[in-house]
Amino acid sequence: MIGVWTVAARIRACALILCLAVAFPMATPVMAVQPDEVLDDPALEERARDLSKGLRCVVCQNESIDESNADLARELRLVVRDRLVEGDSDEQVVQYLVDRYGEFVLLKPRTDGWNIILWLAAPALFLIALGVGIFYVRSRAAATEPTEMRLSEDEEKRLNELLRES
Amino acid sequence: METQRWKTGSGTEDPADLDACDNVNRSDTRNGLAHGCAIPIVFGMVTELGHFALILAFLVAIVQSVVPMVGAHKRWPGWMAVAEPAATVQFLLTGFSFVALTYAFVTSDFSLKLVWQNSHSAKPMIYKISGVWGNHEGSMLLWVLILTLFGAMAAWFGNGLPPTLRARVLAVQSSVAVAFFAFILFTSNPFLRLAVPPFDGQDLNPLLQDPGLAFHPPFLYLGYVGLSICFSFAVAALIEGRVDAAWGRWVRPWTLAAWVFLTIGIALGSWWAYYELGWGGFWFWDPVENASFMPWLLAAALLHSAIVVEKREALKSWTILLAILAFGFSLIGTFIVRSGLLTSVHAFANDPERGVFILMIMIFFTGGALTLFAARASRMEAKGVFGVASRESALVANNILLAVSCFVVFIGTMWPVVAEMFFDTKLSVGAPFFNMAFTPFMVVLGLLLPLGSMLSWKRAKVGRAFKQLLPGFILSVLVLGLFWTVQTGNSLLGPVGMFLGTWIVSGAVLDLVNRLGQTRDWSRLFRLPRSDWGKATAHIGFGITMVGIAGLMAWEQEDIRVAQIGEPFQVGDFELELTAVNEVRGPNYFSTMGDVIVRQDGEQIAVLNPEKRNYPVAQMPTTEAAIDYRVLRDLYVVIGDEQDNGGWVMRTYIKPLANWIWAGSILMALGGTLSLSDRRYRVAAGTRRQAAEPSGVPAE
Repeated sequence: MIGVWTVAARIRACALILCLAVAFPMATPVMAVQPDEVLDDPALEERARDLSKGLRCVVCQNESIDESNADLARELRLVVRDRLVEGDSDEQVVQYLVDRYGEFVLLKPRTDGWNIILWLAAPALFLIALGVGIFYVRSRAAATEPTEMRLSEDEEKRLNELLRES
Repeated sequence: METQRWKTGSGTEDPADLDACDNVNRSDTRNGLAHGCAIPIVFGMVTELGHFALILAFLVAIVQSVVPMVGAHKRWPGWMAVAEPAATVQFLLTGFSFVALTYAFVTSDFSLKLVWQNSHSAKPMIYKISGVWGNHEGSMLLWVLILTLFGAMAAWFGNGLPPTLRARVLAVQSSVAVAFFAFILFTSNPFLRLAVPPFDGQDLNPLLQDPGLAFHPPFLYLGYVGLSICFSFAVAALIEGRVDAAWGRWVRPWTLAAWVFLTIGIALGSWWAYYELGWGGFWFWDPVENASFMPWLLAAALLHSAIVVEKREALKSWTILLAILAFGFSLIGTFIVRSGLLTSVHAFANDPERGVFILMIMIFFTGGALTLFAARASRMEAKGVFGVASRESALVANNILLAVSCFVVFIGTMWPVVAEMFFDTKLSVGAPFFNMAFTPFMVVLGLLLPLGSMLSWKRAKVGRAFKQLLPGFILSVLVLGLFWTVQTGNSLLGPVGMFLGTWIVSGAVLDLVNRLGQTRDWSRLFRLPRSDWGKATAHIGFGITMVGIAGLMAWEQEDIRVAQIGEPFQVGDFELELTAVNEVRGPNYFSTMGDVIVRQDGEQIAVLNPEKRNYPVAQMPTTEAAIDYRVLRDLYVVIGDEQDNGGWVMRTYIKPLANWIWAGSILMALGGTLSLSDRRYRVAAGTRRQAAEPSGVPAE
């Protein structure tokens, strides 16, 4: 029944939705995990769910295989469960999929290579901003209030109007 | 006068008129001109007039972006005075154009390509109307309609502004409009005709046929585009070379309004995703969502920093920069959504022209404004002096945290493109990254918020402020302990979220109480300025949203099973029973609807009707979840496929505190609105009325 949704139909739907400036382009009726996929061992099943949430359905837009109802997502969910049942560790399962689909399959990029920029950019910017902020605040604290804060003519006029009104 | 000339000139402007016919798609008619124009004359003159009005508005916008700017530079009052009537005319023309398109949708005029692609005669009226902006071309028309509306409002309410500043603001605003009019007319014209009108349309994407989504885009655009006024004010101030407290006071209401609209728009979208997508997710960190979230974060930063400009004449150049960036991110958002650069390899790949056009608009305005900023910013010297511990410093911290969290969203959204372009790797950045990288900044923001908002201006004593907050702090720690011990599992998220929420809410309440002074005269509470109430309400809303998000993410329960008809099953404290599944017919869909009885402690508390719909024209199935909304939890039921061996797939979720997410958003929007209605802005409006008379006369 899942097959109702062919990849082509999905792409067409995606294109349609994309036409909107709305926030949710991956919108499709989600059936995701089916009862027949669920493993008997609850601990294994929980691991499978956790792993699935971090793996991208590679034909979808930004959906994890846990959420997606695409055929491929179902296949990947089954692969994940098969590997777990075979006794793979979480890392091995992930590596197994990365070997086949590339890092594209990971929703959380790794922290090696160039990706380190992604992970460190915001903390680095935060530290810089904090430094600039502290510098600014301290310079404001050290500054002296300008003795002459005269109003311009315009401002004087407007002030008078305001005062007259209230 | 200037606009008058354009108006009267228009009647004889044949080239433009021909242009309108030229755009008509008449690929298979030889005698194109006569034929292409004959149909509209008989059936839909309105459409052609709408198209024509749009072209006229484009021309008016060009005039308005040049003449007042020159006038302000040369101090020619007549030239400056062009701005106001031009802004009004521009808005009226665009409004007419929009009404014409809406008319075509309402009357199902399938000779319009856009209507044919996005509508159907059997569609309910409300979705015929929302179909106007349920597509690229129409939504761009709505975008410029709002852009010109804000421009006109700036003209109508801008009488209190110095005349040169006002002329420049309106000219800059109009130059943005010029770019978008050109974009619509040259790449995304909604008024294109089909030579042979089809019998019926292709229907609007069924997912969009929903009340929550019908009004989601207009609110978002009101927000995005509202920020254009702040941008125009910033650029005009840079040209003018002057920023003072009054400037802060003019900019702040616009920022507040834009932020309120963005809040409502984002909340509507999130709520729609929650009930429509079938598993109750409320935020996906999708590029298109992020596109709306980034301007929201920056608008939040801007409305706080504008307070410092207004009250203390400090943070001026930073506020200008924020105003430029906030609108810049709105443009980036538009680019992300329309170009298809990020969301998909397929969707808009066939039309890169639009993406390039918007990219150019973005580079021109953001780049131009930033260059101007680099040249002029040093002139904006700060006046206010304040101590390290002060409200000013707290607002600096607020701005740092909001700006950096915006940057997290930005880099996460853009990284896949960067990686592909420079490092030749295809990779994804999804929710796990954002949850990890974004949350810490929000936690710090939540921790600092009550303390910062309690500090006094200029010089404050942190110890004293904390003493006033002590009851709230103790309460929050108790809440933390309570949830830590009661919850199953060891998730940090839930208790920390509850702690922060309690801390923020109690902090806002204590802040209000503190305003009463020593006497504790409660009647004073209602005489406080509305901005105080607005601040408290919005902060409480922020805390409540935090509680909702943490609760939902930490303690959600899920159940997936094949349910047999008449066999009850247990999910958490609830007993559910699928009693029947019926085929139901809707106006433009077929539905498979389940009857689910929900019992708690043996008593029936709800009957839920989850649906699976199929829209035959659009050939798309959708799920309609059935939700039993309660204050402390939602019960969320979805029906799936029928199984070969009997029974139906059913998915049940218990979603704790889900409603709090949107209740908090509503409070945030309400708080912004309260602030917006504060007396000091209305007083300013009063002077405008007074000033209107003398300045109205010499307008040529």
